[in-house]
Amino acid sequence: MPDVARDVVEHVSTLARLALSSEEIDRLQHEMGRILEHADKLQAVNTDEIQGTSHVIPMTNVYREDQVGESLTPEEVVGNAPDAADDFFKVPRIVED
Amino acid sequence: MKLHELTAYELGERLASGEVSAVEVTEAHFARIDEVEPKVDAFLTLTRDQALEQARQIDDLRAGGEKLGPLAGVPIAIKDVLCTRGVQTTCGSKILEGFHPPYDATTVRRCRDAGMPMVGKANMDEFAMGSSTENSAYQVTRNPWDLDRVPGGSSGGSAAAVAAGLAPIALGSDTGGSIRQPASLCGISGLKPTYGRVSRYGLIAYASSLDQVGPLAKDVRDCALTMNVLAGRDQRDATSADVPVPDYVAALTGDVSGLRAGVPRELMGEGIDPQVKATIEAAITELEGLGMSVEEVGMPNVDFSLAVYYLIATAEAASNLARFDGVRFGHRTDEAVEDVYDLFAKSRGEGFGPEVRLRIMLGTFALSAGYYDAYYLKAQKVRTLIKQDFDAAFEDHDVLLSPTSPTVAFGIGEKADDPLQMKLADICTIPVNLAGIPALSIPCGMVDSMPVGLQIMGRPFAEDTIMRVGDAYQQATDWHTMRAEL
Repeated sequence: MPDVARDVVEHVSTLARLALSSEEIDRLQHEMGRILEHADKLQAVNTDEIQGTSHVIPMTNVYREDQVGESLTPEEVVGNAPDAADDFFKVPRIVED
Repeated sequence: MKLHELTAYELGERLASGEVSAVEVTEAHFARIDEVEPKVDAFLTLTRDQALEQARQIDDLRAGGEKLGPLAGVPIAIKDVLCTRGVQTTCGSKILEGFHPPYDATTVRRCRDAGMPMVGKANMDEFAMGSSTENSAYQVTRNPWDLDRVPGGSSGGSAAAVAAGLAPIALGSDTGGSIRQPASLCGISGLKPTYGRVSRYGLIAYASSLDQVGPLAKDVRDCALTMNVLAGRDQRDATSADVPVPDYVAALTGDVSGLRAGVPRELMGEGIDPQVKATIEAAITELEGLGMSVEEVGMPNVDFSLAVYYLIATAEAASNLARFDGVRFGHRTDEAVEDVYDLFAKSRGEGFGPEVRLRIMLGTFALSAGYYDAYYLKAQKVRTLIKQDFDAAFEDHDVLLSPTSPTVAFGIGEKADDPLQMKLADICTIPVNLAGIPALSIPCGMVDSMPVGLQIMGRPFAEDTIMRVGDAYQQATDWHTMRAEL
């Protein structure tokens, strides 16, 4: 695969919530293209009757008793936040007046 | 012999007999750290005071007649991917600089409960993405056998720490080879357990269907001792398996006669350095001499492992790393932002390094509308075929053998430029994660004065069998007793 198109990289960066510089988009067009070119060899494999594997060791639903265990205090939960107040995480306004 | 040169097993014996105290053992390892860590740079954080405090507690318990486990008082290094209560955990990333987890990973807690003083947090490729530890946002770790070469990765700090005598045991994590490849490049033993054998609670996730925590140590016996501590069901990780845990040390009988080994031809072909291949063949002959039968096997779909891995692992990483958004922990941008989405995007763009940004982008692409079926779903289907190849091979074979790494340790900076070249370092280890099976790397020779690792793969939950083979090899040979001179 040649380089990935610039508008595709820009679209994916929006989906990924990842701010990229213009030079970084240049780099990613090339490096993503290089790896996707390698990945394209999978297209030659016949997988018509094959189910995908998402969990490799056989396991069905896992249940447990609904019991209260040890948990963190509110202070511990917000203790690593860049900005917090009154046991809440602070972010820019997300709801308009 | 100096204390830092002993294995964990040997230290445990001397501690139990009262020949040495846990404080003496811990101080000996910090003396070694003071001496050679400036050359190796294996650690991101050292926890000397805490380690000595825990060692004192162990000595007090022992003096009080308490019955302690075989690793009580034996120091351990912890890869910085595992959460440690109150001790900075960065995952090798600037985005987690200053993060002090409010809880311990289950594996860390189990080591604490086993009485193992933690000497520090080991360096790693950022978010465990890499094969050389050069992707750490903080420092380059050097291979103790040759300071101009990489220690491998992503658990390069853990491997270098053990190889340099800074800790007898280290914990690592392995998503595509990140325990086995650095163990191989640093001349030590390392085990990736079966998916689900060891709890992932508190392991900062890279690719959740592939990640496992395991030990790096001077020999297989020490890996077995550590697995006796680590293995088992954990209610906090629903994917941890409810499968009985054997005594892994008792499984080391030294007897491998009658075991059947297969050698996948796809892992011994093109891309394997000829001298590495010859070294592996000699190790296989040695195992035949111990009574194992060996034959070549074909696993045609294994050739697609790298392509499958780079779609599945990046897709899972793109999802897992969504949590780093500058709100609950980690780096938040200082720049003015328009709204909360702008806050996320700028914080993430500043906090993640280049390799992590590349993988998030690849994974997001593979999961996005229009590409999902062709890339992500296709990769999951080929993963099934790879798993079926392993199932078929294990019908007639107890273990599979291959090189761990296609080459010995490469030079620092040598492969940093080409995104695909570095990834070829993992061609022998990645299939194991895709199949979820356990695999061990043990030193089996030297090429260019650098260690070569033999990979021993087993059926799901057959860690006891592969460690029995590795231990039998180590009882018959002495590659595992060679130490890097620093």
